Amino acid sequence: MTKVHVTTTVNGDPVEFLADPRETLLDSLRNSLGLTGSKEGCGTGDCGACSVTMNGTLVCSCLVLGVEAEGAQIETIEGMGGDTQLHPLQRKFVEHAALQCGFCTPGILVAAKKLLEENANPTETEIRYWLAGNLCRCTGYDKIIRAVQDAAAEMRGEAA
Amino acid sequence: MSVSKPLPHDAAALHVTGRARYVDDIPTPRGTLHLAFGQSTVARGKITELNLSEVRASNDVVAVLTADDLPFDNDVSPSIHDEPLLSDGTVHYVGQPVFAVIARSHRAARVAARKAKIAYEEEIPILTIEAALQANSRFEDGPRIYEKGDAAAAIAAAAHRIEGEFEIGGQEHFYLEGQAALALPQDNGDMVVHASTQHPTEIQHKVAEALGVPMHAVRVETRRMGGGFGGKESQGNALAVACAVAARLTGQPCKMRYDRDDDMVITGKRHDFKILYEAGFDTEGRILGVNFVHYVRCGWAQDLSLPVADRAMLHADNAYLLPAARIESHRLRTNMQSATAFRGFGGPQGMIGIERVMDHASHVLGLDPVTIRQRNYYSEMAGGDTSAPAYIRDREKPETTPYGMAVTDFELHGITRALVDSSDYAARRAAVADWNARNETIKRGIGFSPVKFGISFTLTHLNQAGALVHVYQDGSIHLNHGGTEMGQGLFQKVAQVAAARFGVETERVKITATDTGKVPNTSATAASSGSDLNGMAVRAACDTIRARIADVVAQNAGVAAQNVTFADGRVRAGDVDIGFEDAAAMAYLARVSLSATGFYKTPKLDWDRIAGQGRPFFYFAYGAALTEVAVDLRTGENRILRVDALHDAGASLNPALDIGQVEGGYVQGAGWLTTEELVWDDQGKLRTHAPSTYKIPACSDRPDIFNVTLWDGKNPEKTIYRSKAVGEPPFMLGISAFLALGDALSSCGAGYHGLNAPATAEEVWHAVQRMSHGA
Repeated sequence: MTKVHVTTTVNGDPVEFLADPRETLLDSLRNSLGLTGSKEGCGTGDCGACSVTMNGTLVCSCLVLGVEAEGAQIETIEGMGGDTQLHPLQRKFVEHAALQCGFCTPGILVAAKKLLEENANPTETEIRYWLAGNLCRCTGYDKIIRAVQDAAAEMRGEAA
Repeated sequence: MSVSKPLPHDAAALHVTGRARYVDDIPTPRGTLHLAFGQSTVARGKITELNLSEVRASNDVVAVLTADDLPFDNDVSPSIHDEPLLSDGTVHYVGQPVFAVIARSHRAARVAARKAKIAYEEEIPILTIEAALQANSRFEDGPRIYEKGDAAAAIAAAAHRIEGEFEIGGQEHFYLEGQAALALPQDNGDMVVHASTQHPTEIQHKVAEALGVPMHAVRVETRRMGGGFGGKESQGNALAVACAVAARLTGQPCKMRYDRDDDMVITGKRHDFKILYEAGFDTEGRILGVNFVHYVRCGWAQDLSLPVADRAMLHADNAYLLPAARIESHRLRTNMQSATAFRGFGGPQGMIGIERVMDHASHVLGLDPVTIRQRNYYSEMAGGDTSAPAYIRDREKPETTPYGMAVTDFELHGITRALVDSSDYAARRAAVADWNARNETIKRGIGFSPVKFGISFTLTHLNQAGALVHVYQDGSIHLNHGGTEMGQGLFQKVAQVAAARFGVETERVKITATDTGKVPNTSATAASSGSDLNGMAVRAACDTIRARIADVVAQNAGVAAQNVTFADGRVRAGDVDIGFEDAAAMAYLARVSLSATGFYKTPKLDWDRIAGQGRPFFYFAYGAALTEVAVDLRTGENRILRVDALHDAGASLNPALDIGQVEGGYVQGAGWLTTEELVWDDQGKLRTHAPSTYKIPACSDRPDIFNVTLWDGKNPEKTIYRSKAVGEPPFMLGISAFLALGDALSSCGAGYHGLNAPATAEEVWHAVQRMSHGA
């Protein structure tokens, strides 16, 4: 099938790629742009490992077509922070041991970042239900919630 | 010292930035081809026509392989050569790989794989325990039986007798990263394979067989897995072998990853069980004898079913001294996925059998569920808690398991007492009773369960490990061992051991991918053995190098080598006080080897699995949990409200990682027994083949209160820094959630709840109906 030329913005950088009209945004990110931080856990929008934001909306990139990214603003885990300047969520996930195998971690961080953008002071219950679409098979979630709470407190300027 | 510190996972910084590479993230050379399996759509039969013309004609397909195209062995079994990579003309389950498509993209391969036209001569599949028994469809010649004393006589003579049966469902691993492999052809027919596997040596072995080459021609590398849980002990063989064969055929790199649905349909899961039990108790609630029959659905191939079923038998006592016991285990061959290793490896199924007996007996005798368990515990180890009743302390020692092993490291009296106190059990038990008296619709319940889990592979020869350590002349350390990293934090724990041996910080230790070219003949990272085995092997390697460095430094300082110390990044001897890097450089200039292998084999093991006698385990790991739940009697819906867990990791190598294992293990165990239901239809097709239909615990299911503490103890056996294995044991703490649900139902009627696992909302609702109608 003829590929479609897509012009979009990923993590603030203008990018272009060719996409099979049937390919998912997840595959475009991973295979065309080499951004492999977003993972395929299920391919059906149930596990959240492929979470990214598109025009500010949290989406499963396995449920979005690559061609739909035309003209959009995409944010992925790769745009969240690097070695020298980790986002507070990233730092707190490390500090709280809120990860094990790490495969779900990028999606959870992207989802949690979006939560804190919408709600700087979420209750524990709000965190639990916001992240209910991000499956983790290793941790049992407790440390994940604590890490999000702690990061939120720090970002609000409160001591945890 | 670096051991016992709560350091983060070795790759934490990579995980949070999305830069940790899993197999599917490794940049591949141009021209890499992709594979997908075409699968059987029937559960049992013969293939009468295999028409692959449309598959071959599909877009971007390079080649299609059937069994006839395989150059050498057509087998991916980890045990008895009974598992062809591609169907040999017969099919044994829905999902069995029949052919492999090699295409230019993952998608093209998957699309093509669905275009086959296959005709079958179908046979009636064996799907149930009853059908398998009727057809005598089983592995081994008959049931295995382990016995201690005369259980039948003891039960017959007992004041109280209980009997029952229940079903325990299987479990999908649902590692977040699906199975994946990448094969890269090398000069002269050699093959390099990157695999998401807990067992690189097995992959090497099976790939070598499939390519008709010695094992030295195959190198397997595993940096990390996105979860394993036992599901990557043998189930990755098919992908790696298929990729290697395709790479040999095409001369191109070949990659394969299962889409989630394919993964769930093709790969094996936890064995499901049906357990029959009868037991006799005295009037005080002390067990006199118990008789178990285990019916185990093993699926179509043997895989690891024999040791799994053995381990279930070995945990039929859990924490309790059984004066007389008989355990009969039937390993049944059925036309479904070949059930495989899963965290606990049969132990959880065996353990829940005796926990069911205790639960049932506490109901019949009207005894508190904690009390009846304490009355039946083994005796506390010497020097431990002294709160046990006199009749326990006065028992003749040593006390033995039903398989004749002396239990000498028991510590559940102390753990239970501490947990009962810290969780405020007595007050909460009263509060639950009060709540239930006042509420008709939402009932609460508390469940308690202890864990005693045997540590060692029951196949004794697997209890060995190797390591390779280099110290470079700049004082940096290269660490390699046979264990694999699947998220459990093994690499960090072992690096902490290496750093401690050299008296340096862990930053100086480079953790490297598991590689069959560096450490050969490894065992799977399984049986919770990773830190025990590899930690000791690494210690041995480090100590060899340290002794060599000490010799050089001692000579320089004019003191004896035993007076050289390695601490705080310094090497000190007499007047000499130099950095570790200077000591390394000094040894290099003195022409001393700074590279060493290490080896370890677990001592004291002596086990006869046929007789069911001996010492299969080096030691036991312990723990206990208390779970409180709420159940809606109208719908069966339920929630875990609070969990208190106290777990024994010996002298923990890394408390942060170990607590993570306990929390994750508990939630996975509770998931197994509550929401995770596998459903096959009457044609043998797995209907729960994706997270849309198979419910693992989500963040919203997390207990409201989740108190997890490590028991302050140390291993009486000489393990690495007196730590204990922690991968599997806490999984079984989840049994307390199942018991809590049963407890919540106790006010629905006079009878016993008879709950099956998983206790889904539907199953709970059915139990409510049975009890309310006096059934």
